[in-house]
Amino acid sequence: MQPAHLEGGFRDVPTEAASAFRQIMTAMAQPGTICDVHGAKPPAPMSPAAGVVVLTLCDPETPFFLSEEFDTEEVRGWITFNTGAPFVAAKDAAFALGRWDALPLDVFPIGVPEYPDRSATLIVEMETLQADVAVLSGPGIEETAKLSLPERAAFQKNALLFPLGLDFIFTCQNRIAALPRTTKVS
Amino acid sequence: MNVMSDPNADRKAWMGLLAKAPAAELARLWADVDVPDYKVLRAPEIGAVMVRGRAGAVGAAFNLGEMTVTRCSLKLACGAVGHGYVQGRDKDHAQTAALVDALMQTDRADALLAAILTPLAALADARKAERASKSAATKVDFFTMVRGED
Repeated sequence: MQPAHLEGGFRDVPTEAASAFRQIMTAMAQPGTICDVHGAKPPAPMSPAAGVVVLTLCDPETPFFLSEEFDTEEVRGWITFNTGAPFVAAKDAAFALGRWDALPLDVFPIGVPEYPDRSATLIVEMETLQADVAVLSGPGIEETAKLSLPERAAFQKNALLFPLGLDFIFTCQNRIAALPRTTKVS
Repeated sequence: MNVMSDPNADRKAWMGLLAKAPAAELARLWADVDVPDYKVLRAPEIGAVMVRGRAGAVGAAFNLGEMTVTRCSLKLACGAVGHGYVQGRDKDHAQTAALVDALMQTDRADALLAAILTPLAALADARKAERASKSAATKVDFFTMVRGED
């Protein structure tokens, strides 16, 4: 068997994973903030930012869902070698990777009232990522923030599910932004 | 498992040999080998694995205990990927094991087999035989004394 694409993980795992975690946490704690992340070179079509998120947050205990475009041997091989995360159907996923239109939002686990954390975090690959279009408010945002979300209705519906619901990380090249279930979109 | 039908049986055998070999002995044998160009995919890192067993090799598996393992993965210039998983905390040992694993997939396999794996296998056999003979020397035959009741 010829090995698939295995290079492109963190070189200095503890340091790079810690600084990436800091960036991801900042993005999640202050929705709308766009953070730069570095250190991963995953195989196409994954963006470097999505690679950093996968390397930092996934391990053998986080079931992973790949949408069809990303479900290639190379991407699977890279994620398996670098994190050991198992691949599952959308209904069992803790993390999912795909473009907005390709993610079956109604299928992912949203947690249960006793354990709202048993929900999926979606890594959404974006063409562009900038501070415009949708207005965000809620915890972590002083007044309002703006983010170029792919749509509004789905996020409004998701926020209504609180404390259940999905969390989103948007990735574009080397940049990430996040939208937790607590954020109100208008 | 049927060993004859396992396509990875040879690789399993040499990886097992490298994992259990004494680090010093492997380093001594490796010193005479030309080190090829390679790129590290996963720098040597230390972790623990759970060793499982079955009483008498039958029945349900139980957790025997954790042991320290060091692993390393690298890729040669020709594209062969080698993985090294060795017991203990010796990072050089893991890296050498990964290099041997990678080279065993290239046309240098025969040379490596003669230079490294055959001596290591001989050493492992000798140790096993020595241990077996030491324990054989302490074997006790039990028998019942005639108690002289009649």
